[in-house]
This record gives sequence, C-alpha cells and structure tokens, in this order.
Amino acid sequence: MFEPHRFGNDRVSLTSYARSPKAVTAKGLLYVLLIASSITMLLPFLWMISASLKTNLDVFEFPIQWVPKNPQWSNYVEIWHKIDFARYYFNTIKLTVIITLAQLLTCSLAAYAFAKIDFPERNALFVGYIATMIVPFQVLMIPQFIILRNLGLVNTHLALILLQSFSPFGVFLLRQFYLNVPNELLEAARIDGLSEFGIYRTIMLPLSRPALATLTILTFVFVWNDFLGPLIYLHSPKLRTIQLGIRMFISQYSADYALIMAASVCSLVPVVIIFLAAQKYFVEGISFSGLKG
Amino acid sequence: MKPSTRKRLTAYCFLLPNLIGFLVFTLIPVVAALGLSFMRWDSYNPTQFVGLQNFRIMLRDSSFRISFWNTIYFTCATVPLTVIVSLVLALALDKGLKGLSVFRAIHFFPHIASTVAVAVVWQFLYNADMGPINMFLKTMGVTDPPRWTASVTWAMPAVIIMGVWKSAGYYMIMFLAGLQGIPNHLYEAATIDGANGWHRFRYVTLPLLTPTLFFVIIMNLIYSFKVFDQIYIMTQGGPGRATSVLVYYIYVQAFVNQNFGYASAMAFVLFLILLVITIVQFRLQEKWVQFVN
Repeated sequence: MFEPHRFGNDRVSLTSYARSPKAVTAKGLLYVLLIASSITMLLPFLWMISASLKTNLDVFEFPIQWVPKNPQWSNYVEIWHKIDFARYYFNTIKLTVIITLAQLLTCSLAAYAFAKIDFPERNALFVGYIATMIVPFQVLMIPQFIILRNLGLVNTHLALILLQSFSPFGVFLLRQFYLNVPNELLEAARIDGLSEFGIYRTIMLPLSRPALATLTILTFVFVWNDFLGPLIYLHSPKLRTIQLGIRMFISQYSADYALIMAASVCSLVPVVIIFLAAQKYFVEGISFSGLKG
Repeated sequence: MKPSTRKRLTAYCFLLPNLIGFLVFTLIPVVAALGLSFMRWDSYNPTQFVGLQNFRIMLRDSSFRISFWNTIYFTCATVPLTVIVSLVLALALDKGLKGLSVFRAIHFFPHIASTVAVAVVWQFLYNADMGPINMFLKTMGVTDPPRWTASVTWAMPAVIIMGVWKSAGYYMIMFLAGLQGIPNHLYEAATIDGANGWHRFRYVTLPLLTPTLFFVIIMNLIYSFKVFDQIYIMTQGGPGRATSVLVYYIYVQAFVNQNFGYASAMAFVLFLILLVITIVQFRLQEKWVQFVN
C-alpha cells in the first residue's frame, strides 16, 4: 500500500504515437500549457518576494520591477523589531514540535493495538475512530472550546496541544501501514520472548519509518499553517503563532505593504525547506488519503 | 491471569494515551455538538434547553440565509473549476514529458503554503486601484476593471479564483496517481482498434479515472463547504455580507457574539449537509463510477 506511486517519467509512452510530426507539435503545446500554468502558480510568490525588498512607495509600481533596483534588505531586519516576530516564530516552532512528537507517540501506540493485538472491542473502537473522521473540525470546535474553557485552558498553548495530539487520522494512517507487516515476523519475536512493547519498539517502529515520516510532515505543515485553532484559543500577544502574528501585523501596519510581504516570506521559509527536503512523503500522503475513499 | 485478559490489558495500555484524548476532545464534542444545538447558551445567562428554537431562528435569520447561499455559490463554482483545471494539468503531465517532478513540485507548492500568507499576497494583487492584476487589465485596454475584493459582485469570484489556484496542484497529484493506475495495454489495444486521442480519452481514460474523479469531487465539496481562512483574511465576509460563508458566520456567532448554542445548531446543519452530500454521492457512485476487476 505504501509502495510509492511511480509517475510519468518511467512510463513508456505510446510508441506508435510518439515520433510523428503531429505528436511533436502536441508535445510542444503541452509544454506551453504547463509552463504557462507553472508561471501562474509561481507569480504570486515571486511578487511577494520582490515586494518584500521594496520601499512602500514602490510596491505597487507598474510595470512591475521584478528585481528591485535598490533592494531594501532592511525590511527583513525591521519586521523583527516592529512586532515580536521572534516570539511568534518560537511559539510556532514549540507548538509544531510538541504536537508532532505527541502525535507520533500516541498514534503509533494506538495503531499497533488496532493492527496487531486481538481484543474484543477492537473493531467497534476502530469504527468509532473512523466515524469521527468525517465530522468536520468546525462542528467540534464549539464543544471543544467549552471543555477547554472549563479546564481553564483557554489562552494557553496547552489547549492546542491537547486538541491536536490525538489525531484519529494519524492512527488510521499508521494502522494501515502496520497491517502490511507480516504477522509471522511478530510471532517469531514473541516466541523469542519479546514483550509486545519490545516488538513495537524494535520491530514495528523501525519498519514503519516511511509512514512515520509521512505523518510527521503532514502534521508539521498542518500545525505550522493552522489559523483557526490559534485564532480561537490564543488571545495574549505573547502566545501568538506566526499566522496570527501576520494577521495582527496587517491590522496594525496596514499600509506597510513591503513589511507585510517580508513577514509573509519569513513565515513560508520553514515550509519551503520541509517541502524541498521531503517532497516524496507529501506525494505519498496524498496518494494515501486517496485510498481512503 | 487468563491469556485473553492479559492481551486485552496490553491492548489498552497501547491505546490509552490516544484513547483518552480521543474521548475527551473528539467523541464527547461530537455528542455535545448535537446537544448544544438545542440549548441557548450565550456564556452570560444560564444554559437553557430551548428545543428547536435555534433552528427556527435560523430560518428567519437573513445572515444565515445569505451565508448559506454564498457557500453554495462558492462550492458550485469552485468544484467544477478545480476539477477541470487539475484534470487538464494531470493529463498534460501524464504524457511522459521531461521535468515532471519540477512541474509537479511547482503546482503543488501553493497547496502547502499557508492560506494566511497566500491570502495576504492575493489581497494585494487584487487591490482595485494599484494592484498588479488591475494595472495589467488596464494596459490590456480594460478601462473599468472589476474592483475585486472591494466589490459586492466581484469579491466572491476573487476568493474563488484564489481557491482554485491554491488547490489545483493537490488534486492534480491525485489525478496523476489515478492515471498511473490505468494499464498501458488498454491504450495500446484501443490504438490498434483505431481509436484516436479523443476516443482513447473518452472511452479508456475517463471511465477508468472515475474512482479518482469521485474521490476528488467529494474531497473538494467538503473542503468548499468548510472554507474559512481565506475569507477571514481577504474579505472578513464583506463587502457587506457578500462573502460571508457558513463557517465564517458560525465563527462570528460562536467566538465573537458568544452565541454558542445557535452557532452549534448551524454547525450541526453544516454537518448534516456534508453527510447528505457524501451519502448521495456514494449512492450515485454506483451509476457512474467504474471499477476495474
């Protein structure tokens, strides 16, 4: 199930079709289409970077000067002074790391029970997990808020950590992967006297590295980009995440176009790095969620 | 201790960390969401059971009605546009062109970039008087370009265009995975039988792609009904109520006006709509989705 999907390059195209002049024109047209749409995808980001290096007066200059004559690198210094950007960054990293680690731990343990231990309530419980996955967060957010308010946790990071550390999706994803690990392997380990926890730690976890990587990346990006969660729970300025920070920045300095763009670029950098380093796990995550249907 | 009891105990040890979180922050909220729909709870007055009153208010609430129809508008435009754009891109990419992984990465990136950063930059691009989009339209001879997010008529199309731009690459990858699953020999057989490119698409690709198409449509419908971040950043539901969608209105009622009961009732209606859509889709699926084997 986790065999990475192979895409176009290694696929034999139709030989009878590939070399005719008509086919060459068709290919040319496809390139034109794909390059045009790639430019459409990239332009907003390029404009963002370009604007972040301009003065406010030049941001909306037209025709657009893509490479600023006089790049304002100071914009990138100024944003860290104007708002508490460093703290927002730190808060976001803190939440992202804690939630990702907690999810990996709780989900991989639960997935092991669902995939490899036989107990009477197993199927009923698992159906419960799956069923709640179709309920949108927007339905749960109000009762969750009331529960956390009664626990006195509104306006703390702990609220978001508690909400996002037990994802049913994570359990589901890892369970599907564990199912593919042959039972004979585990049986042999049991005969050798390994405890269930020992099997989980020394056999299951190392074998499921690709699935753990996929979950790590999906969680990381989700928490990093999350806006509604922090908007509901984090009110004090010192607790804000980077997404909230940008939003506040806009309302405070609405005319500082260049600075807003610089802040946006900064907020995207970690996601760009993760994306470039681990693209294949994103693709696997999507192919996987495609299998849910 | 009996071996079966022991097994059960082990299973629950594995499950426990996740299960507690799941019960408190997912399962209880699901049940509570339904209960709250029948309550008046505004966090100042004591909670009170009011039966169907929240639902009756909904019928008379013009903001709810407008938000509902806006959501339908957003969905009915977003789903077909996204499906067409992402399918065309996937078909183009599936022809064994060079640079596939680069094209794929470029198209996918907007999906994982944070909605906040992306919505901010689009808001600038859409700026009616100075934004690059309108400056470009003016140089193309459009004397009176749309005022986009500042216009009652054009705010919704502006949000829709940005949404399609952001998610097309994600669904493109799903379609690519589906296209890879179509065995080559079927195309070869069709070619031998004299099928041209259009016939091959119409009678081989499209029927075999229906499971992916089905899944993409469902995912996209659900996503469209839950749209929030970009509305909050780009338009705040405005101008007027022109882009107020359900989740935005639920958010305002719950977390700005503190009408938790009423907001829960609306969230519950949203959930019912999603449930009905999913069930109807699964029913219809038998009519048009074809499975190989």
